[in-house]
Amino acid sequence: MEILVCVKRVPQVGGRIVVTGDGQDVDTRMSGFAVSPHEECAVEEAIQITERLGGTVSVLTLGPPEAAEQLRDALALGATRAVLLETDGREWGPIATAGAIVAEARHRAESGQGYDLLLLGNEAADTGDYQVGVRVAHGLGWPCVTGIKGIETGDGTVTARREYRGAEESFEFGLPAVITVKEGINLPRYPSLPGRLRAKRAVIETHQPQWQPDGLRKEALRVPDTERRRAAVLGTGVDAVPALVALLDELGVLP
Amino acid sequence: MSVLCLVELDGTGVADASLRALSFARSLAGPDGGLAAVVFADAAAVAGEAPAGEALAGYGVSDAHAVEPGQLAGYAPLAWARVLAGLSEATDASAVLAAGTDRGTEVMAHLGALTGAPMAANCVSAAPSGTGSSGAGSVGAGPAGTGAWRIVRQRWAGLLLEDAVLEASPALLTVATDAVPAAPADRPATLKVHVHQPELADGDLAVRATESASRSGGISLATARVVIGGGRGVGGPDGFAPLEELAGLLGGVVGVSRVVTSEGWRPHKQQVGQTGTKITPELYLACGISGAIQHIAGCASAKHIVAVNSDAGAPILSHAEYAVIGDLHEVIPALVAAIKARATSA
Repeated sequence: MEILVCVKRVPQVGGRIVVTGDGQDVDTRMSGFAVSPHEECAVEEAIQITERLGGTVSVLTLGPPEAAEQLRDALALGATRAVLLETDGREWGPIATAGAIVAEARHRAESGQGYDLLLLGNEAADTGDYQVGVRVAHGLGWPCVTGIKGIETGDGTVTARREYRGAEESFEFGLPAVITVKEGINLPRYPSLPGRLRAKRAVIETHQPQWQPDGLRKEALRVPDTERRRAAVLGTGVDAVPALVALLDELGVLP
Repeated sequence: MSVLCLVELDGTGVADASLRALSFARSLAGPDGGLAAVVFADAAAVAGEAPAGEALAGYGVSDAHAVEPGQLAGYAPLAWARVLAGLSEATDASAVLAAGTDRGTEVMAHLGALTGAPMAANCVSAAPSGTGSSGAGSVGAGPAGTGAWRIVRQRWAGLLLEDAVLEASPALLTVATDAVPAAPADRPATLKVHVHQPELADGDLAVRATESASRSGGISLATARVVIGGGRGVGGPDGFAPLEELAGLLGGVVGVSRVVTSEGWRPHKQQVGQTGTKITPELYLACGISGAIQHIAGCASAKHIVAVNSDAGAPILSHAEYAVIGDLHEVIPALVAAIKARATSA
């Protein structure tokens, strides 16, 4: 099974989000970057599938040159090939992003090494557009399902499961296909030392696709003005328990 | 203007998220506009006397398009989008929208891909460009001839807002599930039901859902009235018993932060946060949780947040209404004992 996992480099925000002075980006001077959470699980899922069935895992990202760091994270876990679609730092919308991924998948197929399965995260943690995977599937003419929490592979088919209002629903369809996954589908492994060394030495294929405007144009980002308050302290340690019981009583949640 | 809204059912009624989307759509359509709903169900389910039909009329829907199962038995995202595309064209809709639920989002993404048009996910407001306001309720203009819209949408699961211009006609968008409350119209509309039995290509039906497992019993995290949260401060997989006991006493459930599921201490389905479940309880008691924004994205809609934390400087205290500064391993067992003592003495 030839699998391509598409990952996104996103800011690793901790206690609060700060917007840059020009209102265009999240301020990342105090934070690092990481692979968007759902996609960490997509990488793990791809590795588990190839461990069962054989084949290889390629990993792709579209982002600035620094996004190579996230590709190396995936290589350290067991992906064997990495593709960087290098940007000049501008934000790419979902239509343009999907177009660039489709071009890479087609290019690979033309060289006789086409993918059987594309895995992406259900949505990126930062932009939350919820649609790149679906647009890639349409571009390739492949079936697609989103928000998946379980994948079983059969002979040329795949069964994908997800939650729906507390019940479970499943989809069965043929390969090749696009599946977007959610965190919880698996518990990602930690990289091994040999994996890290291999990732460090790996050569990353780099292309520079042309930026295209999307019909959705960002003007500014802002933090919603919810009141930031300071909690009223009921007390310290077990001495606070009577006050806590009184509060819960007032809120009407005691039996 | 005319607005088309995908409506999901919950049993025989309209799902809460769809009622909110309809409220948003009605504001967008304006007093002289037309609000139409698309429901994938038998015509009888949305007739005036049926619960869903009554709800649609109550929310100001004048036209309900019932798309009868036929080939469509079982949810099929691409087929639903194909039907929506046809109805959008037939009704000359200025905007097509759905609630930002899993299905609503998936179908709108397919609709965007089918038509090549942009789709704005998780909007909190939308208005035709030039009306000088970003409020969904401010629209008095006619059809958006320019095809440009000013929208505000959520990023980072609502922790950040984006002001944007959407250039498309019709506008395709999903409505953030917490964007607006569900509010019926001042006067119910007279509902006309249109029945559709579309012919669909096999390709559109290639991906179709089978509901495979019955609903799990017990209280769900998403709808629980009380959630007892546990974070890194719980210390390990064996530390949750007092939290479980407290949750049991209060008729609630335990929810956890991302670090707890990443460490494998608890299953992922208990995670509260951007990558887990969004909760809306009366009380969220956050124990040993520092308050990373990824977690706040999941619990910000709790009515009351009370934190138990040994660190008086933890970020969670900026989001909580009340706090106890102390070790949860001492405070929670003492709280359980006090509640039990109170119950026996009562």
